[in-house]
Amino acid sequence: MLRLEVRPQPSKAWGLASPLLALVITVVIGVCLFAALGKDPVRGLQVFFWEPIKSPYALSELMVKATPLLIIALGLAVCFRSNVWNIGAEGQYILGAIFAAGVALTADKSTGPWIVPAVLAAGVLGGLLWAGITALLRDRFNANEILVSLMLVYVAVQVLNYLVYGPWKDPMGYNFPQTKTFERVTQIPRLMDGSRVNIGLLMALGGVVAVWLFLFRTRAGYAQIVGGLAPAAARYAGFSSRRALWTALLISGGAAGLAGALEVAGPIGQLTPYVPAGYGFAAIIVAFVGRLHPVGIVFSAILMSMFYIGGELAQSRLGLPKSITGVFQGLLLFALLACDTLIAYRLVWKK
Amino acid sequence: MTPPTSPHRLQLAGITKRYPGVVANNGVSLTVQPGEIHAVLGENGAGKSTLMKIIYGAVKPDEGSVLFNGRPVHIRNPQEARALGISMVFQHFSLFDTLTVAENVWLGLDKSLSLAEVTASITAKAAEYGLDVDPARPVHTLSVGEMQRVEIIRALLTSPQLLILDEPTSVLTPQAVDKLFVVLRQLAAEGCSILYISHKLHEIRALCTACTVLRGGQVTGVCDPRQESNASLSRLMIGAEPPALTPRPSRAGAPVLEVAGLSLASEDPFGTALERIALTVRAGEVVGIAGVSGNGQGELLMALSGEDRRAPAGSVRVAGQDVARLGPGRRRALGLHFVPEERLGRGAVPTMSLAHNLLLSRRDAVGPLGWLRVGALKRQAADIIARYQVKANGPDAAAKSLSGGNLQKFIVGREIEAKPHLLIVSQPTWGVDVGAAAQIRGEILALRDAGCAVLVVSEELEELFEISDRLHVIAKGRLSPSLDRAEASIERIGEWMSGLWDDASANHKKKETAHAAA
Repeated sequence: MLRLEVRPQPSKAWGLASPLLALVITVVIGVCLFAALGKDPVRGLQVFFWEPIKSPYALSELMVKATPLLIIALGLAVCFRSNVWNIGAEGQYILGAIFAAGVALTADKSTGPWIVPAVLAAGVLGGLLWAGITALLRDRFNANEILVSLMLVYVAVQVLNYLVYGPWKDPMGYNFPQTKTFERVTQIPRLMDGSRVNIGLLMALGGVVAVWLFLFRTRAGYAQIVGGLAPAAARYAGFSSRRALWTALLISGGAAGLAGALEVAGPIGQLTPYVPAGYGFAAIIVAFVGRLHPVGIVFSAILMSMFYIGGELAQSRLGLPKSITGVFQGLLLFALLACDTLIAYRLVWKK
Repeated sequence: MTPPTSPHRLQLAGITKRYPGVVANNGVSLTVQPGEIHAVLGENGAGKSTLMKIIYGAVKPDEGSVLFNGRPVHIRNPQEARALGISMVFQHFSLFDTLTVAENVWLGLDKSLSLAEVTASITAKAAEYGLDVDPARPVHTLSVGEMQRVEIIRALLTSPQLLILDEPTSVLTPQAVDKLFVVLRQLAAEGCSILYISHKLHEIRALCTACTVLRGGQVTGVCDPRQESNASLSRLMIGAEPPALTPRPSRAGAPVLEVAGLSLASEDPFGTALERIALTVRAGEVVGIAGVSGNGQGELLMALSGEDRRAPAGSVRVAGQDVARLGPGRRRALGLHFVPEERLGRGAVPTMSLAHNLLLSRRDAVGPLGWLRVGALKRQAADIIARYQVKANGPDAAAKSLSGGNLQKFIVGREIEAKPHLLIVSQPTWGVDVGAAAQIRGEILALRDAGCAVLVVSEELEELFEISDRLHVIAKGRLSPSLDRAEASIERIGEWMSGLWDDASANHKKKETAHAAA
């Protein structure tokens, strides 16, 4: 019978290499998958790993998709390190987009550029409130935060649909379920002409530094981590578990809301039922593949963004369904969990 | 089946068991005669428990042979061990709290018997050996000593030829220990062999007729403990004699910790509620709290440390200030530092470095806005490692990479270096080797001499007698009046450990007043 036996001293080097190994395994399985579908595996790999970086424009699109993933995953890293399982970043992202759109829709020809910070602040607020519901229910009634945050995603989708099919529908929009296109002034400033990359990317990179400093250089961040690793030690130290819960959920909710605002007032420019693109769920994988470390998350966000773009390209270039993106995301997480398990345990054959 | 010459009851030869990274038993041989009470002596981590689990079939040895009554046996699991006539009473009981005594015993037995039959045989066995147990009582209403009796009766019902007892007296009052010894001697006289695992030298010398000493997984001596002294046994066990501590009189100052009318229901449904605890600790004295574990020590310590903030207002005062409702951080700011019983997971975060573990209770390296000065943190950890002779791979070593004793030295050092006004220590030397224990006790006394108020909660009476100036006893959530060390004796404290101090202290008072009148 095969059994898992705890390794006395798990290898540190393999612990760091595990995400890379997982990527290699994902690629190998991907090659087999392409072959099984009758596609040229080399061409398939090219679509996923070369096309997204082959030109400055492709690179900028890679960054456009990586930005929301990075921002959401940074918040989730704080959350997961605190042992708070916010699975509903997608819902907080949607609420962020809705709140941001609400502010953006008030703009008219005479509105000044102050509207951009207001749009972003509204997005953060929307994410905070949505995550705050989860925190409140967990804090007051000890409701399971995994279920509550996940279920709230579906509520958020219904709120979004109600608004775009109802009160916020563009009267000039030929009855399409979408708001009017936001005024130009609400557009998140772009970094350069000819590319959709905006200041969101800078905010995300600033977030990397901020989260690193918070987690590893402040007592408050230390308290979050201790609460996640050893609740009894946190209690002994006097770190409040309620405070840790609220901090974790509000940081991750606010981050997801910000990502929603950047997206709706950035590349999309209006509120549509297609705002939820699964970034909130993909960011969970990004956070784990990045080892819940802010710097690691930069790389995993770029990788996940490649999968998004590769999936879209595979549709047009290879005639594969777009869901191939989801398959790759799942493969990567699965391979990572398998690698981590085998680093901590060894497989033994015993009768 | 029995060979003509009287065989050894149990003979182990060359038993070796390797775990990843450690050899738990290395070529261990051990021979037990019928009707012998055989001690297995060794420090924590010497390999005693592994050896017993091998005999009981819970662990398979890598090498070596086991002969039972002269026949080679390969015991694959505890059921087979019991079928052969080997029973074991573990240190941690495996009883279900919500079931009755009889139901618990029934669970481990052949199902062909009815519950009524089992109840009858429990009563019979209990009467035979003077083990007082009511089969109809639910287990959660039993004291720890009573639970142990249930475990022993359960073992005896299988009519064992070899009974293994793992540290049986760690949960007993001195009087209960004497009772247990009577039972064990009766069993031995009937021909049952007993393997008695312990690190308490005086018990082994009082009870056992043979002794095998383990150190670092190897046998370091086989002797007759009745012919040995504590010093000679401890030389075999640790390779050195424990350094002696010379008690010095204390000069107690103003009260630092004042507890009055502290009553508190337990958070745990099977925990112990505290009842009107009253206690004072003055600057420059060590107050000890004795008691069998599970009598409210954990609950009291949580209420004192601030981890439990439900204590009635005004019931806990530190330096005159009401702290009953304050959290651990606020109490620490008043100079209260606490060393909890559990080191990994409560006193330290297992996967974090020693340097980072300082931050649980220390703020020296925390700057404005909660900024951490990592360099200062590491220097501080390195200082403690050097000063308390902690065997660790530097300040970056993870807490879980240290042995229990070394981590304890680090945690005690962390709290003592904070220069507390009041230090509360739970089980200061539990699982710590003799040399480190002496060092920790010495540090506690030095802190006392520097004017700190110290409260020590321990199950080791010898330790409390060694370092305390005054002693209390906790039993069933109530705290006894205090006794000066000079007035206290093992017998008296032992009686009080069963909760019987009201009559005793009343008598004592009467005598004193009579004395004064005369």
